[in-house]
Amino acid sequence: MQITINVNGEDYTREIEPRHLLVRFLRDDLGLTGTHWGCDTSNCGACTVLLDGKPVKSCTVLAAMAAGHEVRTVESLEVDGNLDPVQQGFIEKHGLQCGFCTPGMLMTARALLNENPNPTEAEIREAISGQLCRCTGYLNIVRAIQWAAEHSTAKTVGS
Amino acid sequence: MQVPAPFEYQRAKSVDETLALLQRFGDEARIIAGGHSLLPMMKLRLARPEVVIDINDLHELDYVRQEGSELRIGALTRHRTLLESELIGRFFPIFHDAERVIADPLVRNRGTIGGSLCQADPSEDLSAVCAAVKAQAVIRGADGSRVVSMDEFHLGPYETAVGPGEMLVEVRIPVWQNAGSAYEKVERKAGDWAIAAVGAAVSLNNGRIADAGFGYAAVGILHAHQVEEAVRGKEPSEELFAEAGRIASEVCEPITDTRGSAEYKRHLAGELTKRALRRAVARAAGREA
Repeated sequence: MQITINVNGEDYTREIEPRHLLVRFLRDDLGLTGTHWGCDTSNCGACTVLLDGKPVKSCTVLAAMAAGHEVRTVESLEVDGNLDPVQQGFIEKHGLQCGFCTPGMLMTARALLNENPNPTEAEIREAISGQLCRCTGYLNIVRAIQWAAEHSTAKTVGS
Repeated sequence: MQVPAPFEYQRAKSVDETLALLQRFGDEARIIAGGHSLLPMMKLRLARPEVVIDINDLHELDYVRQEGSELRIGALTRHRTLLESELIGRFFPIFHDAERVIADPLVRNRGTIGGSLCQADPSEDLSAVCAAVKAQAVIRGADGSRVVSMDEFHLGPYETAVGPGEMLVEVRIPVWQNAGSAYEKVERKAGDWAIAAVGAAVSLNNGRIADAGFGYAAVGILHAHQVEEAVRGKEPSEELFAEAGRIASEVCEPITDTRGSAEYKRHLAGELTKRALRRAVARAAGREA
């Protein structure tokens, strides 16, 4: 079947099988390998992208279900060489070690700050509760998102 | 890489079109909404539908509203909507209690109440919630709608009253007077299925429990009518809460698995019944917002 998905502001039309998963569509068909493919069971959240502005696990969404909708991946965060505050926050506060969970964490953080520019620590922890990080113990990820909230200007990249 | 077996994809635009597709494809078809139960099962070949009918465009089934003395929830209402609904929280705080501990925010962005109830996973939270508040399920088929109680809807693990060619379209909950409700769950980690969970709903009249409902997840039963009968007409007290818990741990039928021993779950069913009832009563009496 033929589908068109708007990814990072651009329409992409591809011929796919109905069983094709959104994560594979992004990685294999579009070459957007920033979205990581982790556990494949909706547990780890590494594959998190924004679907119509809301974070979802793209290993558990059929590409066909996303047809006609807007998807944002981690590749959309940097604009004209300028990092999104959530990206800068992960650098400033060392919010990553191996980096595997990072794209998903960044997208969840972006979605959170779009809706709630000044989240509490509890709200940040709740927002990332569907994502696993095996390295950091989460503390620096929380600090990174707090840093991003403090350093965000009016711009809402990825919203 | 886990990928479902091949299937045909249909995107429905209305309830009528969905029903027509279900009629056409019969047992080979499965409805997909959030997909967070069905897709993992399809990846593992525990489900292998030949046709998948996507109902995410059925916005007519995405609502929470009050109609007369009932609260009505469309089957496509997402977990996130339920969690954020002021109307739900005002009448049935049990839904907010449960939604806070159902999976995680990302899954809650996709999953729906209809999908949860139709999946009928024995550890699923909303079935227990709906049992506790004595919800009714509206099932539509080619010949019209029928309304069934949760007792009639939930036939057992992964089995509901929704027949071939039919779909769940709405959940109706009678709004109780002087009522309170609460959900208590113990899980291994954030977002996990319950080791055990209990929902309780009560209405008070002249300081006594006029009516009560209890719903259970992960302990082998959905209802515990014996507990309801034991508290009905009684004055709330710590002794009564303990008695309700004692009965619940006797009538539940948990099994030993990776989440815990049957003995431990039996203990939890009792303890959580006590806590949920205590909180529901406090809320009904206006002692807890």
